[in-house]
Amino acid sequence: MKTPDRQLLSGDAAIALAAKHGGVALGTGYPGTPSTEILESFSQIGGKAQWAPNEKVALEVGIGVAYAGARALVTMKHVGVNVAADPLFSVAYTGVVGALVVVSADDPGMASSQNEQDNRRYAVAAGVPMLEPADSQEAYDFTLAAIEISERWKIPVLLRVTTRVCHTQTQVRPRPAMTVPVPHFEHDLRGRNLIPPNARPAHKRLRQKLSEMLAWSETTPLNEIIPGKKTLGIITSGVCYMHAREAAPDASFLKLGFTHPLPMKKIGEFVRSVERCLVIEENDPYLADAIRAAGFAVESKPEIFRLGELNVDRVRRILVNDTSPEPLKPPGKPPQLCDGCSHRVVFEALRDLDCIVAGDIGCYALGVLPPFSAMDCCVCMGSSIGIGLGLRHVLPRDEAKRVVSVIGDSTFVHSGMTGLAEVIYNPPPTGHVVIILDNSTTAMTGHQEHPGTGRTLAHEPTGKIAYEDLAKAMGIERVQVIAIGKDPAEFTQLVRDSLASEQLVLIVARRPCVLVAKHLRAYEAKACAAAEVVAK
Amino acid sequence: MKTINVIIAGLGGQGVIRASDILSKAVFQSGLQVKKSEIHGMSQRGGSVTSDIRFGSEVWSPMVPPGEADFLLVLAADQVEVNRGQLRAGGVLIAPDLVDPGALSNHKSHNVALLGALSAHLDIPESHWLQAIHSSFHEKLHAANDQAFSIGRRAARALQEVR
Repeated sequence: MKTPDRQLLSGDAAIALAAKHGGVALGTGYPGTPSTEILESFSQIGGKAQWAPNEKVALEVGIGVAYAGARALVTMKHVGVNVAADPLFSVAYTGVVGALVVVSADDPGMASSQNEQDNRRYAVAAGVPMLEPADSQEAYDFTLAAIEISERWKIPVLLRVTTRVCHTQTQVRPRPAMTVPVPHFEHDLRGRNLIPPNARPAHKRLRQKLSEMLAWSETTPLNEIIPGKKTLGIITSGVCYMHAREAAPDASFLKLGFTHPLPMKKIGEFVRSVERCLVIEENDPYLADAIRAAGFAVESKPEIFRLGELNVDRVRRILVNDTSPEPLKPPGKPPQLCDGCSHRVVFEALRDLDCIVAGDIGCYALGVLPPFSAMDCCVCMGSSIGIGLGLRHVLPRDEAKRVVSVIGDSTFVHSGMTGLAEVIYNPPPTGHVVIILDNSTTAMTGHQEHPGTGRTLAHEPTGKIAYEDLAKAMGIERVQVIAIGKDPAEFTQLVRDSLASEQLVLIVARRPCVLVAKHLRAYEAKACAAAEVVAK
Repeated sequence: MKTINVIIAGLGGQGVIRASDILSKAVFQSGLQVKKSEIHGMSQRGGSVTSDIRFGSEVWSPMVPPGEADFLLVLAADQVEVNRGQLRAGGVLIAPDLVDPGALSNHKSHNVALLGALSAHLDIPESHWLQAIHSSFHEKLHAANDQAFSIGRRAARALQEVR
């Protein structure tokens, strides 16, 4: 099929299209807003895309692809990079043969996240080059540039996008497809085995690459000067460029697309060329701190603008240093658990039993809202089990006996299994109750498959993990599977009995997500039909 | 050409995103620059959803600056006041009661009916609208959505004549 010469695409879809045109052999990641649609889109246009159990595994698979000389795209939301940080820091040392592009989708303003960490810091900490596109055209172009940079310097590249780049549709004009390398394995025992005698020279090689990239960053067109009036110069990156260009159309701009290592010579020349120089950036003052540390006097935003995303109005305020209270938008209607959602039954029961609930990341985090108000914490993926255990270890007996850990099916596969190992290994004196809320999908991010559903990213049948078998094999004393109906009585009784037993109990509370039940039936019917064909 | 700012607002599941997709496709076909931005994720769970669509010969920020919307199209009655502040002085509100969902052959086409009302204010050929609608729905839903679009367009035109 011929690619149209002008398309309206989201940033996520643009990254997927570039991956296709850039010859990416495998795209892998874990769902997370606002990154999820990249791999879904890549699969839809014929790319090989798969969900990994978590971001660390995804990156490790990507490293293998790139060691084999092929091109890998690994996608995740900003907090996913925390999970993948271990391999990220070390693959920066070993380097790669093919291309390894890691997408970090940050969420300034926390539209759908538990924090607004600024992952530009990761590029510095891990020592990897970083690109920051400002719209879908750049998301497309910079993904291709990231592949080229990764292959040229044999290094993983961080493609840092934000919610307003991922989920904004803008025009994209595609380019001709790149030639694709043929995968092939070359041994490099010293280069890729990071025992200390090998890691020391590997670190030296990394610093050498960074110094070469620093020189390159001074001349690359990815860092662009847009001339304007000399009275005001603005240094910016990503979508902030768009807000700033609208708020100050006459200003001179230094728009940085390649933001690590930073082109300090070019920045210094720009600062000297204007009367007043201001850095406009979301989240942390990453650019401003670095530029000031290099000895250039630039203005940075007032601290209040570190919180939340920027827009044209907020940039106008930054321009005049206006720190007066910002007008509050009337509160909209908060999200809620859907009518007929099985989580409703679970949280009614936990509320009525006065449980202390260590919660986790997913739709069920909405169990914290009225009328349930039945979740006491929600910190990060998989944290419910460890936090529940910690509470049980130290609370007085009558309180400890009321602690439960509640975790979704996809979250359990992501990082709950090691928590279960801790349950077995360091059991609290009062036992513990872990409830897996199995709705047969990764619901909150838009119904992605995972290793517990037995279907691939493209909803085709594949291997499947059964939590009850896994828990038994790991040594959990009581494993209970319950189908959640409309009446909470049976589930309530099960939880009451489990708490009273003071044993290690795993409850699988099962009912497909109401929003996806229809699709699940269709996938299953398709799988059965396929199985019959094979049998014949 | 001056940038036109449209905000579509409603609740998760009402078709806010679908409506903004149709609008941006119709505009994009006419050769203009378009930016369409919204927040996904938790907002899908029945909560407030808004989508910003900006178009013209050159568009910078993907978000409509506060108080600068030329058009505010709202799908849920209780979301009108929440979003009214986004409208500029003299901007046009397209409220959900402009078209009675009961008058449509498929009440789910209410979003498309209100797009029909919006279309009466914009200089975009009707063929682009219909093409955008058809590319957004299964063939069996085309007739119902065509009808909804036309009812909304007529309702807005009738209102314009009264004024």
